[in-house]
Amino acid sequence: MTAAGERTILAAIAQQAVELAKRAGASDAECTIAEGDEFGVSVRKGEVENVKEAGSRGAGIRVLMGKRTGSAYTSDLTDEGIRKMVEGAVEIAGVTSDDPWAGLPEDREFGQIEGDLELYHDDVAALSTAEKIAQAKGAEAAALAVDPRINNSEGASFNTHTGRRAFANSRGFVSEYRTSTCSLSTVPVAREGSSMERDYWATAARSAASLEPPEYVGKKAAERVLRRLGPRKVPTQKAPVIFESRVARGLLDHIFDAINGGAVYRKASFLAGKLGEKVANELVTVVDDGTLPGLFGTSPCDDEGVPSRRTVAIENGVLTSYLLNTYSARRLNLVTTGNASRGLTGAAGVGHGNFYLQPGNQTPAEMIRAMGRGLFVTELIGFGVNVVTGDYSRGAVGLWIENGEIAYPVSEITIAGTLQQMLAGIAVIGSDLEFRGALASPAVLVREMTISGVS
Amino acid sequence: MDLSQSLFAQRFGIAAHDLEHYLSEALSAGGDYADLYFEYLITTSISMDESIVKSATQGTTVGVGVRVIAGERTGYAYSDDLAPEKIRKAAKVAACIASGPSKVQTTGLEQTTKRDLYPLLILPSEASLIERVNLAKRADAAARAADHRVFLVQASYVDSVRHVLVATSDGVLSFDRQPMTRLNVSAFVREGDGAPQSGYSGGGGRVGLEFFVEKTPEHFAREAVRQALVQLEAVEAPAGEMPVVLGPGWPGVLLHEAVGHGLEADFNRKGVSAFSDRVGQQVASPLCTVVDDGTIRDRRGSLNVDDEGVVTQQNVLIEKGILRGYLQDKLSSRLLGARPTGNGRRESYQHVPMPRMTNTFMLAGEDDPEDIVRSVSRGLYCANFGGGQVDITSGNFVFSASESYLIEDGKITRPVKGATLIGNGPEALKYVSRVGHDLKLDEGVGMCGKEGQSVPVGVGIPTVLIDRMTVGGTAA
Repeated sequence: MTAAGERTILAAIAQQAVELAKRAGASDAECTIAEGDEFGVSVRKGEVENVKEAGSRGAGIRVLMGKRTGSAYTSDLTDEGIRKMVEGAVEIAGVTSDDPWAGLPEDREFGQIEGDLELYHDDVAALSTAEKIAQAKGAEAAALAVDPRINNSEGASFNTHTGRRAFANSRGFVSEYRTSTCSLSTVPVAREGSSMERDYWATAARSAASLEPPEYVGKKAAERVLRRLGPRKVPTQKAPVIFESRVARGLLDHIFDAINGGAVYRKASFLAGKLGEKVANELVTVVDDGTLPGLFGTSPCDDEGVPSRRTVAIENGVLTSYLLNTYSARRLNLVTTGNASRGLTGAAGVGHGNFYLQPGNQTPAEMIRAMGRGLFVTELIGFGVNVVTGDYSRGAVGLWIENGEIAYPVSEITIAGTLQQMLAGIAVIGSDLEFRGALASPAVLVREMTISGVS
Repeated sequence: MDLSQSLFAQRFGIAAHDLEHYLSEALSAGGDYADLYFEYLITTSISMDESIVKSATQGTTVGVGVRVIAGERTGYAYSDDLAPEKIRKAAKVAACIASGPSKVQTTGLEQTTKRDLYPLLILPSEASLIERVNLAKRADAAARAADHRVFLVQASYVDSVRHVLVATSDGVLSFDRQPMTRLNVSAFVREGDGAPQSGYSGGGGRVGLEFFVEKTPEHFAREAVRQALVQLEAVEAPAGEMPVVLGPGWPGVLLHEAVGHGLEADFNRKGVSAFSDRVGQQVASPLCTVVDDGTIRDRRGSLNVDDEGVVTQQNVLIEKGILRGYLQDKLSSRLLGARPTGNGRRESYQHVPMPRMTNTFMLAGEDDPEDIVRSVSRGLYCANFGGGQVDITSGNFVFSASESYLIEDGKITRPVKGATLIGNGPEALKYVSRVGHDLKLDEGVGMCGKEGQSVPVGVGIPTVLIDRMTVGGTAA
């Protein structure tokens, strides 16, 4: 394991690019460089299907010429490539307009969390190809072994990524950190009569040692696909809905979009201007925390060089903070929350760290019993969510609940409402919070939504 | 053009014997097939927000992907450095998928027939930056001027030129220069202190700036504002099953989701699509003929040759309701004993090709669009959509109606809020009872995602009546 603050040639190239930009007349500049190695193997029906292995690098720069900004990126990290990139950014800044709010963070705001955030683990790069293939085969085989109705498979895959990200700006701030990621997933297909269904289970972690074992991944995927067989459509009605943990993460994504400083200052969010107001049931507390060691939403600093931190966004139902980068904070007369996010180039947008809903104390099984009758949603499809208005309408797959028990699977239905009503209508929050990605949520019971199905 | 005139020869010194050498390296451990995909991509994007040109970006990426197929196995590696030793290294890594005696690369690469489906006068990347910025500025100004209720406009202009060279071990050499241009406008409106609403419009294709002479920035701006204003009046969308009329053009996204994805050969080869083993069966009403056509001039989904060096063509997917065939790439067609259909596509040199749609649409019928609406006593008329998604295995698909209206007594009446429509692929089109004579293709904004890869596509449809479909509104 390497120290978090270790610098390589990437940070040096970033500093060199910033220096070139200053010499070309830029009043400020910031440069991001990323490199990564990816490996992926997929197996299907016990045989290796695809193997992919490669590495790549890229650099991006943003220059400020007074109040104008220009950006450029390149995959060519030679001196010549970097020089052309800087020239391109300076050239294109000439066609942009003065933006009175453009600029870097205040000098006092730069910084990064010291110490090891456990974002890089040697065991990921150390895994042999044979081990990765064996894990993928193990997960698929475990799923296929559960039940004869699971008679086909879209396979299983094991993917790894290791990378470095370096950042430098014209105020002398430099950061560089490494990350590692590995994931294992399988997609079994089951058939019963004319019903054919697929589902999946996946595990992902920054350390190979933290992955769920292949047998567990296979069995979870198998359980999920079997319970979908022979679905019915329910009649159109209003009913309570439980969002299983995996789909409740989507609700957190919508909350994030609505408190994203970029949408808020443009007034293009249903939560814009609602700071200090009650926007959800008092059970609801939503936190963004970019400091939790080893998780996917963690980083020493944001993509403008401001330290990552913990921000309570909604506390007991009251909107307490938006998530902001420097630009959106200036627009709203607030200060950045360290949530600047960008790929390699351009003005930073707003991103989240580990963004999660605080858990309650009922298990999903207890929530089903408490609901009595309604829909338990296990998958959502489509893009029918409008964060400007809060209107919500998506395709749903799940289990119908009668008398507190699972009655039968349902599909080809939609659930609809508004995010405002859904947040206010959260009646129970589950105890099953797990950080499987940067967004996390326990199961959530919403008192009433419109279910559209058969007449 | 021959190889010596290509950008890859001139800028990176790549010669025919190099290509043959890399292919031999790729097949050094056996393998049935290998190919090389060289890509040089230049992009420019300009975005206006609150009437300020807040950001503009230029970028260049270069790389090569090497693929080796051995039976059902694929090995893939890529390099963002075109130095010979880096390409050879990638070829060696990809070769590891096979295990057998090396195969000698057959000598001689033959160039695919040259044609040009996107003959531009001026490449967008060669037009002046000011000219391109002005397109966004005009859109911004027109949207603001269109109505006093507009409080925010976002306009962006993006173009790219992708130079591609494909060389394959079955002897194909192809070059292409693929331009792509697009203008987007989002308008946000509000009545007094009321709730905001948004509207979106945009268009483009494999075109140069001349495209915007006819389809002006003002056209897209006014359309975005119009859609936003319609939403100010919208009532709750209905919930439940009802007749649905799709307007012409972009609502063709229904075909993309309901049948297109399910007919991609990889899913069918594996037997995991709701359309698997159904060629020759009825999957739609006899009024429906659906094609995928990669050869339409200037369209977003069009390609002279696909990303495996196969010349694109028009493929009939459904003919008068009967399923005729699948969308093939080289791997699936080889395993299924079918012919490639020119649908092998990939997002970039970092990605393995797979069967993808190009421009997917339904052929025109004979009905008058107004008659179609008049024939419905109570239902929904959908003029515009957001995106859609499909579960290939169950066949269930959704798409979001972003501009739709109630049909009451044969007349289009009140606008309704956005709602998701849901159906089942092999079933939904069986309920098509009327097909209009007004086939229209979309304006050129479609992006299709599959297994983490995005590629540009087109869709189209005439006015169509579907007798029964589930509408996911809130008014139960």
